[in-house]
Amino acid sequence: MAGAAVLGRLTWQIAEVAGTVEETPRVKTIALEAESWTGHRAGQHLDVRLTAEDGYQAERSYSIASAPENGLEITVERLDDGEVSPYLVDELREGDRLELRGPIGGYFVWGVEDGGPVLLVAGGSGVVPLMAMIRHRAAAWSRVPMRLLYSSHSLEQVIYRDELERLAARGDGLEVFHTLTREQPAGWTGYSRRIDNELLGEVAWPASESATVFVCGSTHFVDAAADGLVALGYDPGSIRTERFGATGG
Amino acid sequence: MTGFVSRGFKGRRRSGGPEGRVPPGQYVTDDFPVLSAGPTPHTPLEEWSFTIRGGAEPVSWSWEEFRALPSETVTVDIHCVTKWSKLDSVWEGVRVDTLLEAVEHDAAYLTAFCDGGYTTNLPIEDVTDGKAWVAFGFDGEPLEPEHGGPARLLVPHLYFWKSAKWVRGLELRDEDEPGFWESNGYHIRGDPWLEQRYWGD
Repeated sequence: MAGAAVLGRLTWQIAEVAGTVEETPRVKTIALEAESWTGHRAGQHLDVRLTAEDGYQAERSYSIASAPENGLEITVERLDDGEVSPYLVDELREGDRLELRGPIGGYFVWGVEDGGPVLLVAGGSGVVPLMAMIRHRAAAWSRVPMRLLYSSHSLEQVIYRDELERLAARGDGLEVFHTLTREQPAGWTGYSRRIDNELLGEVAWPASESATVFVCGSTHFVDAAADGLVALGYDPGSIRTERFGATGG
Repeated sequence: MTGFVSRGFKGRRRSGGPEGRVPPGQYVTDDFPVLSAGPTPHTPLEEWSFTIRGGAEPVSWSWEEFRALPSETVTVDIHCVTKWSKLDSVWEGVRVDTLLEAVEHDAAYLTAFCDGGYTTNLPIEDVTDGKAWVAFGFDGEPLEPEHGGPARLLVPHLYFWKSAKWVRGLELRDEDEPGFWESNGYHIRGDPWLEQRYWGD
């Protein structure tokens, strides 16, 4: 069991938006300046609290996208029926402030000292906590073998596409495999279907390599990936999952 | 942080819900989101058993024996630490009181243990006097594996991670021993009305 990274009370603190980046039409990265932030581990999340003028509040959890070495960023997907994510994606801008507390979670985390190989399996915006791990590995100049299998609807919806390409091109042991499940551009050479056991068998290391696995995505995606890896002989205890349902936002 | 206002945030008051039924920081959902730390176990019923150990003698029930115990249907509100609450969820299960009656013990705490290695800790007083069940039915149907079937603990007055999925038994203890999430940053008891989400809350 991973050691826990949080000690003492996680108090609400005010953070300022240092900048935003539109990753895709539905997804935005928000860089935050939080004076009392004590650092995080790759894979952890934080809670955001919004307060309306009449005192009404809403809280949600968001995965941290940045490497521990590189400040504090969250990446948020707008859920159309959501209450908080449309505000964060469409309304929030540089200089605004919001309340947050964290970091939270001591299990879905990875650091270079944990070694590898590491298999990351992402569905849609489930890539966010996994990106923190990829960025952490790169920032630490680690050569731990790491593979990302990333399922998106279309190329336009791939979050961090250029950065992933750049990091994979370093040739330091990071490999990135995309699958586009709904729409593929002309000449697409990656996978073109939902993750199934055959696809997992092609991308994943053999079970005998004892890879550590992190899977993040919707419930159905996570079930398909985790069940598929177990069918390939992976030890269920080596597969760590994080899911987001159709609700939230 | 009184006085803080998020510029331009109005909110949808989705978390409104009936007065007094939605704990602080929660919002109401009609869905039933799934959260687990690993793959879903699939234990065949003929291999399933429920065991209470740590008392005078260990006691164990096969699935058939367990299902022959008196059970009841309860309608309860559940609250997940990830912020969703689900009101009026309907469960069928065996009271933990019924199971504990079979064991001679003077334990103050227990650890629920599960397929997949998950554990969670609870004070005995949080699972007795009709406050907790080992549930095998949801909404009139057998409990699905993704929601913890064939059976899960149901402790609705605490955050839902205490309602351990795929539960296979209870280990009685004299002292409180942090379980899986309780060792990974989450609160030792988890009362949603006190917003005991994380360590130190």
